[in-house]
Amino acid sequence: MKSTKYVVTSQDSDVLPSDIALKIYELGREINVKETCFGVIIDGDEEEIEATVKEIRAMDPSNIFIKDRGFPPGDPRRCRGHRGGGARPGFYMMQHESEILPLISRGLDAEAKGEEVPPEIGTKKRPSLEEMEEMIKEEFS
Amino acid sequence: MVKVMVYPPTSMILADLVERTGHEALVVSKEVRKKVNTPGLDSPPLNMTPEDPKKGLKYAAVDVPSGVRGRMSLLGPMIEEADAAIVIRGDDCTLGCTGCARTNELTRFLLKTKRIPLLELKYPEDEFQAKQFVHKIREFLEGLN
Repeated sequence: MKSTKYVVTSQDSDVLPSDIALKIYELGREINVKETCFGVIIDGDEEEIEATVKEIRAMDPSNIFIKDRGFPPGDPRRCRGHRGGGARPGFYMMQHESEILPLISRGLDAEAKGEEVPPEIGTKKRPSLEEMEEMIKEEFS
Repeated sequence: MVKVMVYPPTSMILADLVERTGHEALVVSKEVRKKVNTPGLDSPPLNMTPEDPKKGLKYAAVDVPSGVRGRMSLLGPMIEEADAAIVIRGDDCTLGCTGCARTNELTRFLLKTKRIPLLELKYPEDEFQAKQFVHKIREFLEGLN
């Protein structure tokens, strides 16, 4: 069965989409690679894709993110070249998450180093009716 | 290996974190992939087969907006398949043109009534929150083993 994946690099990463593409070419597997501004799209047999994903992730474990894609690369139903331009469906979610990726990368780095997790800051809570009554009594008595 | 549903179902961050720990992420693109090569469908998931609304009707009544039923025809089978779930709450991308508030509520409701391990979080806004976010997800996923 065919499988398609997005490989997205975080803004903090030193790995370029062209580096990932070269790595895949080096592996010599029968995989279609499409370079994009945010990373690469890879398409091929499921087993080969799974094996390739592991090797790509090893290039920069905390800065490379991978997700499934429904359509193969260049599919005329999604490709902007065939649809007269504009953002393709799914772009906004990826754009939104790409902004958070550097934070997630730092979180993954901290986990890998075994750093202590900072304590959770207490959430702001509205005072209850009883607490409000006490506060009023204290203030005006 | 546990099947973990992620919500938003297109989330790259959640799907990636789930697959890093060796579990299987249930994402909507896998459901779309099944339909991509179906003859007679011009542009899934915007096009549907006569079977899809029937699947959606299992989760939402006929008077519920068609968008909710259409989404549920994709999300419903994922919820049934899920052994655990990670849900992001209150995110902008789950509303408006990229999401649907009623589907979000219905999905959360169905996941809660299924009584499976469920982790609810918000996307981090700073580095401290990000460290907690990653740590909580890792602990949750490792606990599933």
